Amino acid sequence: MSTTPETAVPAEETAGHGDISVGVPGAGAEFGAGSGDAAASATRITPGNALRPEDIALAVSRGTAKPSDDAAEYALRLGDDALILAQRLGHWISRGPELEEDIALGNIALDQLGHARSFLSYAGGAYAKDGKPGKTEDDLAYFRREPEFRSVEIFEQPNGDFAVTIARQFVVSYYQYELYRRLTESTDATLAGIAAKAVKEVDYHRDHSAQWVLRLALGTDESREKMIHAFQVIWPYVDELFRDDELTARLAGTGAAVEPSSLRADFDRLTGEVLAEAELDVPQVKAAPGGGRRGLHSEHLGYLLAEMQVLAREYPGATW
Amino acid sequence: MASQPLQSVPAEQTPAQHEQSLEDAARRDAEGQAYFDKVMADDSRIEPRDWMPPAYRKTLVRQISQHAHSEIIGMQPEANWISRAPSLKRKAILMAKVQDEAGHGLYLYSAAETLGQPRDQMMQDLMDGKAKYSSIFNYPARTWADMGAIGWMVDGAAIANQVPLCRASYGPYGRAMVRVCKEESFHQRQGFEILLELSHGTPEQKQMAQEAVNRWYAPALMMFGPPDQDSPNSQQSMAWNIKRFGNDELRARFVGMMMEQVKVLELTLPDKDIRFNEETKKWEHGPLDWDEFHEVLSGRGPCNAQRLERRREAHENGAWVREAAVAYADKQSRKQAQKEFAA
Amino acid sequence: MNDSTAPAAAPAPHTAGNVWPLWEVFVRSSRGLSHVHAGSLHAPDAVMALRNARDLYTRRNEGVSIWVVPADAIASSDPDSKGAFFESPQGKDYRHATYYTKSEGVKHL
Ligand SMILES: [Fe+2]
Ligand SMILES: [Fe+2]
Ligand SMILES: [Fe+2]
Repeated sequence: MSTTPETAVPAEETAGHGDISVGVPGAGAEFGAGSGDAAASATRITPGNALRPEDIALAVSRGTAKPSDDAAEYALRLGDDALILAQRLGHWISRGPELEEDIALGNIALDQLGHARSFLSYAGGAYAKDGKPGKTEDDLAYFRREPEFRSVEIFEQPNGDFAVTIARQFVVSYYQYELYRRLTESTDATLAGIAAKAVKEVDYHRDHSAQWVLRLALGTDESREKMIHAFQVIWPYVDELFRDDELTARLAGTGAAVEPSSLRADFDRLTGEVLAEAELDVPQVKAAPGGGRRGLHSEHLGYLLAEMQVLAREYPGATW
Repeated sequence: MASQPLQSVPAEQTPAQHEQSLEDAARRDAEGQAYFDKVMADDSRIEPRDWMPPAYRKTLVRQISQHAHSEIIGMQPEANWISRAPSLKRKAILMAKVQDEAGHGLYLYSAAETLGQPRDQMMQDLMDGKAKYSSIFNYPARTWADMGAIGWMVDGAAIANQVPLCRASYGPYGRAMVRVCKEESFHQRQGFEILLELSHGTPEQKQMAQEAVNRWYAPALMMFGPPDQDSPNSQQSMAWNIKRFGNDELRARFVGMMMEQVKVLELTLPDKDIRFNEETKKWEHGPLDWDEFHEVLSGRGPCNAQRLERRREAHENGAWVREAAVAYADKQSRKQAQKEFAA
Repeated sequence: MNDSTAPAAAPAPHTAGNVWPLWEVFVRSSRGLSHVHAGSLHAPDAVMALRNARDLYTRRNEGVSIWVVPADAIASSDPDSKGAFFESPQGKDYRHATYYTKSEGVKHL
């Protein structure tokens, strides 16, 4: 992608090719107080080093990370939760209540998508059997049908207004935090690794949603009403998050995971503190039966998947 | 601001005092102009509180806010595909890209705010249809390949425009552009790679890529603005060191870059007249439909109404949220004040 | 990118009640360095301003610490008194080591 010499563009002007030169000597320091200290720049950017979905996929394809069938099924659950949430949150980018919030929700969506990709890449490793290759994150995301998804119902609940999105965020981030915090000590090294990265990010999601719960609940009469309504809409789906089943019992037995019910006390205590500060009661609503872990979803998921999968399914086998 | 001459005689002034203050203002303006001219001659920078000619301020507010609006409206055609991105990696990339554009809008609105124009006013002008933004964002993103063509050509053209703006004479604008250009560095590449994947994919994918390139080519070239001879503002902007190169110059360079890159893509540009002129050492391209450009710019493009409606909807739906946050902040600071009073 | 001045224009009437004030953001790029001005943003209060700054200005590992300051809390020197403010240090070469040439070449000095 280099410029032809004939175009006679001065070196510092050859724009748009990866490492862009901005044509300003020491431009990185331009934000500074003119100290000329390029190292002090507030624009110095680095990719950082963290466990990425690509690393998991590589480890899986090399066979250095190989989930047990149970661990794979479990990773599928957590991956689906995060994927469906990312799909929902992505809708807010360009529609937020303020531009700053477009960016905040975008960051959260990207975090969730990253977790989803890691969990799904890991889960895909279990399909490598009898000489068959494993499944990729995309095989799992785009080519499973609705009953094969293992996410619980709260994640697929529609965005609603900003209050509903925040209510859903509030519940899932406090849940995910308690879960990932414990999973960092999983006997399954890959689950522990994914959780160690995710728990820090989800910690921020907790803070983000709690800040908004306070503001909406204690802001204006209108916002308070909307916040209360939003919790009424979302709270029926809380119970399902904490339901144990045979899979979680087996995984808890080996120390690879924890029983969801064991997270409930901390969840109740910490969300309760925020709700109390927001002068809100814990919603008294009837719990929905839920069935997401067994592939029984609310009516919303089908539409979400139809949209998410449409292009990939139009061109099966294509790469992008 | 020193740039605003006194309008009326304040009551407490005698006519003589008024004479004097008019003289003072005139002297300040003359000194300011001399300083401003020197800054321009030295190719140095003007900072927010410096004296500046009113027309310079006005031009900057117009240009920077239009640029900001373009970033914000420009999110929409790409956001349109976030939910349908055909792989999770592409979904993540696209989300991050569209999110970056929101950031660019924010950096640029901030730069315009240093000139005394509040962001909500600019936003209101945009929603009222009083402000312009890049006409290219009024075209629909019809297929996934448009994500490639937009990244490669639209971001590519934007970068070619923006890199020289990093040296714009107005400090905050230049600094905003430095940050924007750094972030843009991945936008064009990801678009190029989308097209590359498609052109090396199935025949249908390749066709999808070619069609997207065909559709976005002319609008991308028109992003550099009308030909120099039809662009009176352009001359003044160059004299003020805001713009560094003419529209045609930048456009020609861009065509040259596209010509090289399109070979790697194994696609073609829909323009039989592209050639390198050995005499002028410049790239030349076929005629562009400037009537269409002006039609779209003036509001009669395929998506103008949709884009503005979407922006209005987000803004209006968010009003109660912004209000709640302000009300909460007020209550908190009142509480804080009471606590301090009690202590 | 707001250079220290609060916008002079008064807020337009239609915006009353839901306009978030402007904040200036300073980012420390790594430990041991100063915070430097990164840009500005809008937020309803300091708590949210910090979070918005984190989301907007450190998406690419640009920082390990953030300050936010209400834009109108910054006092700045008057550009019209550049002379009075900044002339004095000009020509006081004796404040700089390079002024002392006789000792040139003497080790460890
Ligand atoms: Fe941009
Ligand atoms: Fe871009
Ligand atoms: Fe741009």
